[in-house]
Amino acid sequence: MVAALKRPGLGRAALGGLLGFGFGYGLVVVLRLISGLPATQTAQTGYPQLIVGMITAAFGFLIGLGAFDYWFRWAAGAPTYPAELEHKAHGAHSWRDYFKFNTDHKVIGIQYICTTFVFFFIGGAMAMIMRTELAQPGTQIVEPGTFNSLFSAHAAIMIFVFVIPVFAGIANYVLPLMIGAPDMAFPRLNALSFWMLPIAGLLFVGSFLAPGGGFDAGWTGYAPLSTGAPLGQSFFNLGVQFAGASSVATALNFLVTIITMRAPGMNFWRLPLLVWANLSTSLLVVAATPFIAGVQFMVLFDRLLHTNFFQELNGGDVLSYQHIFWFYSHPAVYIMMLPGFGIVSEVISTHARKPIFGYRLMALALIGIIVLSYTVWAHHMFVSGMFAWLRIPMMITTLLIAVPTGIKIFSWLATLFGSKLHLRSTAMLFALGFIVTFTIGGISGVMLGMVPIDIHVSDTYFIVAHIHFVLFGGSVFTIFAGIYHWFPKMTGRMYDERLGRVHFWLTLVGMLGTFVPMHWIGMEGMPRRVADYSAQFGDWNLLISCFSFLLGAAQLIFLYNMIVSWKWGPLAGDNPWRARTIEWLVSSPPPIFNFDQIPRVVGGPYEYGVPGARHAILGPAEAEVGAAEPAVAGSAGTGPT
Amino acid sequence: MTRATLARLFAAIVVLTVVIAVPMTQIHWDGTQASSQADQIDTLLNVMIVLSSFVFAVVLVMLGYCIWKYRAKPGDESDGEPIHGNTKLEVAWTVIPTVIVLFGAIYSWIVLGDIETKAADALPVNVTAQQYKWTFNYPLPNGQSVSSNKLVVPSGRQLDLHLTSLDVIHSFWVPEWRIKRDLVPAGEGGNDIDNTVRVTPDRLGTYNVVCTELCGFGHATMRALVQVVPSDQFASWLAKQPRVKPQAGTATGSSTGSPSEYSNGSPTGGP
Repeated sequence: MVAALKRPGLGRAALGGLLGFGFGYGLVVVLRLISGLPATQTAQTGYPQLIVGMITAAFGFLIGLGAFDYWFRWAAGAPTYPAELEHKAHGAHSWRDYFKFNTDHKVIGIQYICTTFVFFFIGGAMAMIMRTELAQPGTQIVEPGTFNSLFSAHAAIMIFVFVIPVFAGIANYVLPLMIGAPDMAFPRLNALSFWMLPIAGLLFVGSFLAPGGGFDAGWTGYAPLSTGAPLGQSFFNLGVQFAGASSVATALNFLVTIITMRAPGMNFWRLPLLVWANLSTSLLVVAATPFIAGVQFMVLFDRLLHTNFFQELNGGDVLSYQHIFWFYSHPAVYIMMLPGFGIVSEVISTHARKPIFGYRLMALALIGIIVLSYTVWAHHMFVSGMFAWLRIPMMITTLLIAVPTGIKIFSWLATLFGSKLHLRSTAMLFALGFIVTFTIGGISGVMLGMVPIDIHVSDTYFIVAHIHFVLFGGSVFTIFAGIYHWFPKMTGRMYDERLGRVHFWLTLVGMLGTFVPMHWIGMEGMPRRVADYSAQFGDWNLLISCFSFLLGAAQLIFLYNMIVSWKWGPLAGDNPWRARTIEWLVSSPPPIFNFDQIPRVVGGPYEYGVPGARHAILGPAEAEVGAAEPAVAGSAGTGPT
Repeated sequence: MTRATLARLFAAIVVLTVVIAVPMTQIHWDGTQASSQADQIDTLLNVMIVLSSFVFAVVLVMLGYCIWKYRAKPGDESDGEPIHGNTKLEVAWTVIPTVIVLFGAIYSWIVLGDIETKAADALPVNVTAQQYKWTFNYPLPNGQSVSSNKLVVPSGRQLDLHLTSLDVIHSFWVPEWRIKRDLVPAGEGGNDIDNTVRVTPDRLGTYNVVCTELCGFGHATMRALVQVVPSDQFASWLAKQPRVKPQAGTATGSSTGSPSEYSNGSPTGGP
């Protein structure tokens, strides 16, 4: 028992969390007593003893887990780090390793994906409760205050601990393999990034236990509603810090990995589009995320330290919250979409057996989107009472961003043209479904970009419809495409395509049935974020709720398929889709250090149909000469130990 | 692709555009039009529905055609044609959407200018929101004013609404008028908030002011009645209301909240 608590791991992490909380709580109490104040402070915007305790608990958890062990030794001047310890924390040798601090990008990728899907189902369950309440006008199962907490937590969980990090998880697994790297550039930082994520998720979910209930000012947390809200709001302010720090560290890691660790011959115009997409996303994350971290600190300081950033009666400026918030949160929409664009490019090219149409323009469109995405934030504020003229340039840039997005849609369609299209993979179904649903989301986005239309429909169910067409019909569809596409690579086993197809069609029908009518009731006059509504919308809401239950149930099929196939699915082989990118040249799952020899890249990633074309070659050069389809799979044995 | 196939695809796109756009523009998505601004906004929406239907039809037809035409036969494991791109096509689908969205931007800009033009005889009304109620205040020429918890307005005359919030952000929306604007709490100096919104009701009837910015647990039910009446009826209604003497410092019309009201509303909000 004592020995277990001395070893890095979840046991020591729990102990560290407890000790950390005790330290922070005690520190505040002692300092307050020294200052002659009451030991604790329980004004609803206060609770400094809990806030500081939660911060120190998080660090105690990470220290206990072993996240800082190497750095502590190094900082203390310890000359070497025992090799057997180092390798113990790298690669999964049993299922237990997935519950430890591990520096292997493949383990971290799976940790990310599984953790974020846990939060996906928690956030989804909240949506089911909300749809049950909304099935009829009036109040049935949750009080309006609880309802406000539910939609706030639903959005925060889905955005900060599902969509953004699940893409980081998929890329974590796939990206180093794709560029022929043995791992990410900073494996320990990578592991630390992952372990900050459950902390953020626990804070969001745990806020429901706080006095006064969960945070209820929406995921947007507009001041001054948020600066005066009960304690739960502080959980949100803190959770965003951990999710944000995790995001920024991972983005830096991706940037350095992509720039410095490409295999010989992998120049930028030979990068698979998934790598391009994550390069662009990471550029957005490192520059934009500090803004939301900063603005949530400002709210926390207003609440706790009586600063006056957003206290209008003391000289603060309410609207500046929205400007800073959206300066992150609009680029965040692209942070949640660009990696999906990358996934769809991989899936479509592979299953259409064709090169991506206009590869270079596809890459440049990504860069166009990230540049424009920094100039559109105030389109969320057309009715906010901001400086009126600012609406015009923001409208123009908002509409222009449809152009690079349109380029991507048209290029995917052109990729299908003249192809040998295979629909046998669920991944391809989700990728093609994505083209339809995301186009609808893009169209409603263009309408919202027009100030006169936005004035009418902003803050209505039209917005709810639009955001879900973009984030569900867009991001989540691509996430499913990615999970199905790389499931055989990650697990070495094949999922059940029949269940996959059922999952796809139920998801598509449920999604359209849930979110299409929301446009209509929004335009007709139903505001969003309401627990109760005018009786005229009752029938539509009942229909929406029914479809949403179908949508929710369909995800259970996915869950069952993944779990059962991971354990009992038939062996998949190294390259079941006959794809060209490097991750398919190694075994499934890949060896611990990915490659015996660093691959050499000799051509573009999508040269389907080009006689004799190769993307990359594994193994000694002379062995490959003249071989049309060499048996490269067997060359990837176990990694160096 | 032959010229005939191209023509058939184009025809399919046109037909699908018509099939989507005609019913979509026939439905009054936004509901009753009850202001002179509503018609222009709904027309803009309909123009966008037609353009969007075309774009959506292009995507659906091309996707459907490719799935139907190029689906691999069972057992066919060969690759597709190695087409890497086509510069003319790529320029086309960059330039055409740019032209469409710039047209949309200019059109929207013109509509925005029209619906926000101030009329000479606009009726000033001060709208004050607080958790969770609305107050409407009509300044009178003699320095007095009328206060009401329902918004009674004459038909056919532009309203010049001055918006103030006493606690958190609220938002003023009458769906039938198509006009919405946030009410932002502001301290002295006002933080340069644009707190004036204009609308010209032109249809008699009873409507609702709906709060559309999340403002707390009572947000969903924060509503007020709107009555649009003939102007003579409005004048007699106004004459019958009790007069309120405005307190010092609030005569400018940009704010109806007296200093004492500010201290009543919790500056930090929350339940």
